[in-house]
Amino acid sequence: MNAVSVEHITKTYLQKEQKKEKKVTALDDVSFTVDKGELFGIIGPDGAGKTSLFRILTTVLLADSGKASVEGLDVVKDYRKIRDRVGYMPGKFSLYQDLTVEENLNFFATIFNTTVKKNYELIKDIYVQLEPFKKRRAGALSGGMKQKLALCCALIHKPSILFLDEPTTGVDPVSRRDFWDMIKKLKEQDIAILVSTAYMDEANMCEKIALIQKGNILTVSSPEKITSEFDQPLLAVRSDDMYQLLYDLRANKAVKEAYPFGAYYHVIPEDANKTKELEAYLQQKGQKDLEVKPIKANIEDSFIALMKKND
Amino acid sequence: MRVLLFLLQKEFLQIFRNKTILAIIFVAPVMQLLILPNAATFEVKNIMMSIVDRDHSSYSQKLVEKLRSSGYFILTDYSASYKDGLKAIEHKKADLVIEIPAHFERDLIRHSKADILISVDAINGVKASVGGAYATQIISMFNRDIRAEWLPATRYNNAPMINITYSNWYNPLMNYKTFFVPGILVLLLTLVGGLLTALNIVREKEIGTIEQINVTPIKKIQFIAGKLIPFWITGLVILTIGFIISALVYHIIPAGSFLTIYLFAAVYLVAFLGFGLLISTYSNTQQQALFVTFFFLMVFFLMSGMFTPIESMPHWAQVLTYFNPVRYFVEVIRLVVLKGSSLFDVKRQLLVMCMFALGFNTWAIVNYRKTT
Ligand SMILES: Nc1ncnc2c1ncn2[C@@H]1O[C@H](COP(=O)(O)OP(=O)(O)OP(=O)(O)O)[C@@H](O)[C@H]1O
Ligand SMILES: [Mg+2]
Repeated sequence: MNAVSVEHITKTYLQKEQKKEKKVTALDDVSFTVDKGELFGIIGPDGAGKTSLFRILTTVLLADSGKASVEGLDVVKDYRKIRDRVGYMPGKFSLYQDLTVEENLNFFATIFNTTVKKNYELIKDIYVQLEPFKKRRAGALSGGMKQKLALCCALIHKPSILFLDEPTTGVDPVSRRDFWDMIKKLKEQDIAILVSTAYMDEANMCEKIALIQKGNILTVSSPEKITSEFDQPLLAVRSDDMYQLLYDLRANKAVKEAYPFGAYYHVIPEDANKTKELEAYLQQKGQKDLEVKPIKANIEDSFIALMKKND
Repeated sequence: MRVLLFLLQKEFLQIFRNKTILAIIFVAPVMQLLILPNAATFEVKNIMMSIVDRDHSSYSQKLVEKLRSSGYFILTDYSASYKDGLKAIEHKKADLVIEIPAHFERDLIRHSKADILISVDAINGVKASVGGAYATQIISMFNRDIRAEWLPATRYNNAPMINITYSNWYNPLMNYKTFFVPGILVLLLTLVGGLLTALNIVREKEIGTIEQINVTPIKKIQFIAGKLIPFWITGLVILTIGFIISALVYHIIPAGSFLTIYLFAAVYLVAFLGFGLLISTYSNTQQQALFVTFFFLMVFFLMSGMFTPIESMPHWAQVLTYFNPVRYFVEVIRLVVLKGSSLFDVKRQLLVMCMFALGFNTWAIVNYRKTT
């Protein structure tokens, strides 16, 4: 039995725009499965449909068509049973800001018919960091602390599957790394974890990822497999005038693709063997301190290529 | 049940932490009760009166004296005939004419019944209608005094209890406050029931906590009950505070039983909690909820008889008031507080209120199911 199985799920919304009703497809015939105990990432830009997918799987939203099950339970028929077993951390902080850390945790434990003490083992590692603030109102916590509290509350009833919707959006880089460490630890407890993110670099943290764009799943695979399937030559290019450089690159017919990546531009040339010619062209354009080097594609290059293809 | 108790505990914790809500619950009733009745008094004085006394008896003189000594009327004209009286009105020498018919004293003693004609100037509507009402009250009070004089002494002695409640109902000093304060209690209860609940539920939507609650095993009905019960209790607490203030400041003590009022209030609150819940199912932000609730409450209040008597509304408006839940409570609380009506006397209003409660809540719950 899969932890999650999604078959041909479609979801559309009616949006009012200047008095006209417009149909927006948030999920378009989406199918995939998540194995038991797997750390599964759903990666996609804003508006890709990640939240809609999570809400359907956590039984708070009905799909237009298709079937989905969590732990073998149908999201429509067995929604009550599913609610007992899943932990959900919505993208927006949604605990009671006017209750203290302790009160929030107790509240969520109690409504799941359990106690903090009973499942303390599960949240111990995370909760020790929160402990000094346990009498503080949730609304007065820092962003990173809020997120830890939300994770504790989602875990306190010992769910067998955890849904984390963009847990790292708007969190500083250090807290982000902390968070992924926590998630990895949780995985050892045999909890299947679905996590969505708009940060492509976080894909490497997951065992398996689904790349989603405009409601379509572009690929479902392991990060290694996805990078290994990148079948084009790739160059990293930089100079002292980065602005002009991008302009020059895009003006060249031998360049298929050029996009910023860290301190470099990643360039996909038409022909891998014509690197020298490209370098000469850029020098002739007056670029100084020029650096052009062939590199191996990483996961983000793969995503960008896949998304370009889908456009 | 355990879950519900826990939800209630959480709600109360939140209510007691929210300074705004605490202020609304404990400060607003005090302020409203202290300020509104004093500011919004419709007391009218110096009503010019023209008397047409065709009886010239000792009783007719007593009646005129009684009207004059009430402090509301000044005698500006003595006319020989009703026609002359009307002329006085035309010439702005009088606001109303009171005609005491010939044989007034005789009819009163023989049949303990006599007709008096009051004619009012309709140009200054407020002065005229209030004046007319005052005069009617004073005349019927006079009437009762006369009858008391003529009743056998033993029966009269048996009746002082009745006399007290009657004097309340007839509001001998025509003190507008006695009339107005019960209305304010209704206003306060309506605000708590309708507005606070709507805002509270929509707040959970706005902050997103409802999303987290929805994925827990909490049943919708538990969530709703957890929201409504605290405000139901709060409403009754406010009513109690209101009655304490009315007693201390205005010396208004219900002539009827508190039980009747509280029973009615309990049902009334259920109706308005349902109303608040209904609004919350249609709103996504607190602002929306606030505006929609205010729109309805405004109409409900204006057409409740709280400020202007229903009898003086145009016919179509009078018909509309039957669909206004506030109207019934205003009516009932006045009946019980001023006249001392019993539960049996207001059973019709209670039944209507039960229907409102049922209607609002059913609609709200059906709609709540649909939206989430
Ligand atoms: N309640 C709604 N009503 C109308 N349209 C909606 C609603 N919720 C989402 N949408 C639309 O559906 C699409 C997918 O939204 P969704 O929130 O699922 O994406 P997402 O990947 O979570 O995006 P984000 O990164 O912005 O959270 C978007 O175009 C969005 O505008
Ligand atoms: Mg989202």
